[in-house]
Amino acid sequence: MSQYQFICVLIMAVLTYLPRMLPLTFFRKDIESTFIQSLLYYVPYAVLAALTFPSVLYSTSSLPSAIAGCVVGIYFAYKNKGLVFVALVTMMTSYIVSFIC
Amino acid sequence: MNEFICGCKKSLPIALGYFPVAFSFGVFVVSSGLPLGLATFISLTNLTSSGQFAGVSLMLSQASYMEVAITLLLINARYSLMSLSLSQKIDKTMSTVKRMIISFGITDETFSLASLQEGTLSFQFMLGFILVPIVGWTLGALCGETLMNYLPVSLQNAMGIALYGMFIAIIVPASTNSRKILEVVLVSACVSVVFYYIPLFHVLSSGMKLIISTLSGAIYGAIRYPVRKEHV
Repeated sequence: MSQYQFICVLIMAVLTYLPRMLPLTFFRKDIESTFIQSLLYYVPYAVLAALTFPSVLYSTSSLPSAIAGCVVGIYFAYKNKGLVFVALVTMMTSYIVSFIC
Repeated sequence: MNEFICGCKKSLPIALGYFPVAFSFGVFVVSSGLPLGLATFISLTNLTSSGQFAGVSLMLSQASYMEVAITLLLINARYSLMSLSLSQKIDKTMSTVKRMIISFGITDETFSLASLQEGTLSFQFMLGFILVPIVGWTLGALCGETLMNYLPVSLQNAMGIALYGMFIAIIVPASTNSRKILEVVLVSACVSVVFYYIPLFHVLSSGMKLIISTLSGAIYGAIRYPVRKEHV
């Protein structure tokens, strides 16, 4: 590993850690505002939605395999099958479909 | 100790979802001609997906340290929002050092899942909760670097969707149970889709796009369906 690479990694690590660490460590008050409380309540769902769409469609080697995995995943998620099961079924489906198209 | 084990169990799905993503990171780093071990080192010290891919791409183009710093800061700004949100959810008496330790493990996924747990989050729980994804992420990169030639490419490609499968398993049931959450999810997903397909928005970094998409949905929800803590 060159010195340049090492310093780059250090910069990356520090600038990834600081935004994570500062608010959690130093903000100790209770947020009273209903608006902020509501905002924070919705953020986890909003993050996951934004992370998933449309990126899920490009997460495999072909669009049809990703769509197939996604549809099957949504079906089993709707049936409340749990995180690990849904993740595995999604993966298996797109794996099988990737051989067909 | 029980809380620790409980935390480990709760975050196991995240670790399983991380493994293939980190694996592909390992493959990306080595096939770019960078030295063996670098991917694992980066994964252990950074524990983030988009920031790592962006950082390595910059490294490959011999970017200046300042460019690396600014890009990473833009991509990672969203963690401040998540960190602030978790500050409301953790045990209020937690010491500064303990807070500094658990905050290392805040990612999009650990944040989302931790937020959805019942009650306050103890240090013991959070320690287990972040440890397993750290292992999954680092091990994934190590395997990617070393075993890339032994795993069929078709399987590697399919593994990329596993993490999204997990996200779907969280969003879909929550949206079927709550009309409010469904609307929030739809708003964020739509904004994210617009950012992805309209070239005008390609100037935004991936982290900025994520933060704006997230806030659009969350602000929409907060205005239209306010919730007080007692009812959350």
